[in-house]
Amino acid sequence: MLDFDMGKYGFYVWTCYGATLLSLAGLIGLTLRAHAQRKAALKALQDATESQT
Amino acid sequence: MINFLANPERFTRVTAPFRPWLAGLGAALLAWGLYLCFASPEDYQQGDTVRIMYLHVPFAYLSMALYAGVGAASFFGLIFRHALADAAAKAMAPVGAVFTVIALLTGSLWGKPMWGTWWQWDGRMTSVLVLLLFYIGYIAIHAAIEDEQRAARSAGILALVGLVNLPIIKFSVEWWNTLHQGSSVFRADGPTIAPDMLWPLFVMIAATHVISAWLILVRIDSEILARKYRALRAKLSYN
Repeated sequence: MLDFDMGKYGFYVWTCYGATLLSLAGLIGLTLRAHAQRKAALKALQDATESQT
Repeated sequence: MINFLANPERFTRVTAPFRPWLAGLGAALLAWGLYLCFASPEDYQQGDTVRIMYLHVPFAYLSMALYAGVGAASFFGLIFRHALADAAAKAMAPVGAVFTVIALLTGSLWGKPMWGTWWQWDGRMTSVLVLLLFYIGYIAIHAAIEDEQRAARSAGILALVGLVNLPIIKFSVEWWNTLHQGSSVFRADGPTIAPDMLWPLFVMIAATHVISAWLILVRIDSEILARKYRALRAKLSYN
């Protein structure tokens, strides 16, 4: 049985869960974005090099 | 094993197939852990604030474990010139820094209703804040110094100095008077927490470990891609 009623501690508990999940989502998003950008930049440079040779 | 994975090409080839599985496992464990967090009973003294423990403990533990990882990788980089050691340390540092911020934030939000204060300059809290400063210093050195090897050497030395802080964090609750409670999970005589609360905690610890392992592997691969890009550009400008 799930209990979402945090009573008088609602502010503390929900702020904790909200801030943590937001931070984690931000970290994951930035990591994946940087990875995709670097992959694309390398691919573009490799393609440009191949077309020159 | 460490030498086997020193080759960047081999590292990517070996670890890439595991990354989607780690991401899936991490997401599944996190979902299960969050379910257990709100299915577990409230504490007879702390009430619903005990649910903050399920976040605070895993992130606080990992903030220290990841710093130990940064220190160990820096050691291998400085002493053995391991090709990927600095990439590993560089990948772990931002993850550890964010986890330290989460540990400090959740600790503060737990402290206010239980201790009556957001912050106390005692041994545990101050030493964790110092840990965050070491992380920030490490990241700042890498960002400030353009020469990759010089940056790795300077940041690595700082990381090794910061290792001194880890036993201070661990034993601060025994050495000094503090509001923070002593260890109640990883104890020689077993955990002192009720099993109903121990399960959600262990699942959340497993979830955060798997997610951080996945993040670190992706970040190391990112660093390998960046190095390849720089090497290719240098080669092109040389020709």
